[in-house]
Amino acid sequence: MSVTAPPDTKPVVRLGDRLFAGTARVAALTIMLALAGVFVFLAIEGIPGLSAPAEIYQPFDNFWSYVGPLVFGTVLAAVVALIIAVPFSIGVALFISHYAPPRVAGPLAYVIDLLAAVPSVVYGLWGGLALGQAMKPVFGWLFDNLSFLPFFEGPPSVTGRTILTAGIVLAIMVVPITTAISREVFAQTPRLHEEAAMALGATQWETIRYAVFPYARSGVVSAVMLGLGRALGETMAVAMVLSATPVVTLNLISNTNPATIASNIASNYKEATPDKQAVLIATGLVLFAVTFAVNFLARWVVGRSERKVTR
Amino acid sequence: MTTTPLEPDFAVSVGLVQPRLPRWASILVGVISLGVAGLLTMFLGWNPVGGIVVAVLLFVVGLPLWSALLEGRRTAVDRLATCLVWVAFGSVVVPLVWLIWLVLKNGVGAIDMEFLTYDMRNIVGAGGGIYHALMGTLLVTIAATIISVPIGLFTAIYLTEYGKGSRLARVTTFLVDVMTGIPSIVAGLFALALFVLIFGPAIRIGFGGSVALSLLMIPTVVRSAEEMLRLVPSDLREASYALGVPKWRTIVKVVLPTSLGGIITGVVLAISRVIGETAPLLVVAGATDSVNFNLFDGRMMTLPVYIFSQYSSPGVAPIGGGDPPGYARAWGAALVLIAIVMVLNLIARIIGKIFAPPTDRRR
Repeated sequence: MSVTAPPDTKPVVRLGDRLFAGTARVAALTIMLALAGVFVFLAIEGIPGLSAPAEIYQPFDNFWSYVGPLVFGTVLAAVVALIIAVPFSIGVALFISHYAPPRVAGPLAYVIDLLAAVPSVVYGLWGGLALGQAMKPVFGWLFDNLSFLPFFEGPPSVTGRTILTAGIVLAIMVVPITTAISREVFAQTPRLHEEAAMALGATQWETIRYAVFPYARSGVVSAVMLGLGRALGETMAVAMVLSATPVVTLNLISNTNPATIASNIASNYKEATPDKQAVLIATGLVLFAVTFAVNFLARWVVGRSERKVTR
Repeated sequence: MTTTPLEPDFAVSVGLVQPRLPRWASILVGVISLGVAGLLTMFLGWNPVGGIVVAVLLFVVGLPLWSALLEGRRTAVDRLATCLVWVAFGSVVVPLVWLIWLVLKNGVGAIDMEFLTYDMRNIVGAGGGIYHALMGTLLVTIAATIISVPIGLFTAIYLTEYGKGSRLARVTTFLVDVMTGIPSIVAGLFALALFVLIFGPAIRIGFGGSVALSLLMIPTVVRSAEEMLRLVPSDLREASYALGVPKWRTIVKVVLPTSLGGIITGVVLAISRVIGETAPLLVVAGATDSVNFNLFDGRMMTLPVYIFSQYSSPGVAPIGGGDPPGYARAWGAALVLIAIVMVLNLIARIIGKIFAPPTDRRR
């Protein structure tokens, strides 16, 4: 800027500068508008879906009983995915940040990132055609040995396309996200903390447990939350693996599985009448609200921990 | 060895050196577990995959157990943790390798000239191809890039050059975060709702897909471009100002060229991320069997949606048994899609390597 101008003259603001700054500001405002647009347009098109004629909501008769099982299915699939994914992601993140030889750690991290690059529809294809088949003996075993638990009540699915299979596919899609963030946080542990622990005679695991984990806890929590956001919103993998019925059940291995909001939209949009379309958009609004809340919580946790670190 | 002996005489009586497992301990345990699991698999007629799982379990239990007997509890726990971390990594790689192998195995057979140059119009049974889907993906993605790169880039410029610390910048950063978390299907529904409001409820156009994709692409572009612009040393900017160059020319001539490589990398990575998105395109761009070059009129097929529709309605299986013809086409299209994504990733990495600014010391 023309900071060298004498104090009594106003700094020259050129037309080009004004235009450029204006464009940049407009771009930033566009993002605001776009996000507001997402809310507004979904609301305009979706709100009629809250009170559509009762036959649209078959087999239920109003919106909330229609969306209830879907929300349940969404949360169930996401929770199953997280229960599987979180231990693995922490393990892989530790492997890359602390256990693997430094020379191969970089390429290995790239391999894990490849998992994130595979399109979700390909995961769906794999889950539906390959993993489901492969899981059938596992379901049989779970049913034979653990059927006293409500999750494995059975009878085991003959197609292998169950919510547990969908959860595993989701888990594989969540792992790269949670791993990438956890890895960064683990790697940021102050070197001196670790060396101090080592110098006191701690084994590598004790170093990680007492120096790395306390430091990284909130970062890992937020990584898990972001993974949860991804699992909640994932559509195709679930839609392609599950053949869904609107039920509420904890049974993970049977033929009747609850749908998720997203997979329900994807499998019903085709034969949707305008009324049904409005209902589907309304369920999308519910999904947006849920993921927004989850992501917001994650950011808040991150923000809190960042403040703690800078202090 | 749970307590640390301090008195010298006691230390001598215990021995100053803690007993350690020999170096070959892990190999020995590995061989034994493999052998036991292999024998069990053979004699009990297990699935070989089950045998491998048992072998890994035996190893994970066996090595720490031996260590606990010889080296004490703490080292045993350490060894257990090491084993578990390795197992975690190994088992995450398994699905990746399995998936890529399957896509290659099933996809290579499906791809030939006909597959790449034919659409699906009037195809019943085998044959047909992905030409219409390839063109659709290309057009929709290019349009999405044209929408999102200027918005994303200028937003990043605003955040780094103009709006530092202002309220708008803070709000924008937050909103970009929120946008990152929008589920892809919600983006699709947004585009659908927008175009339905304008054109009536039956509208399905390719451009709607572009709008949905750009909603997913913008946050990625903003993030990466912002990061790259911040890496430009402020010395460069100040030197330019000192020569009397106006701010906007400084940005165009100094800041942007310096960070160009990183920005292009970010854009290419963003493209590779959205090119595989299915749900938004399924909802708003629809599906069709014929070629459509017009983004603004009529349904448009894209590769991910092609995979989905071939999977969900694969046609009738041949009478002699075997898979329905749609599955082979789905695998072939999946191979093409993965190849595109990988090539884009590779391009992004190469560009990033070539243009990496000297100040960027990260990998």
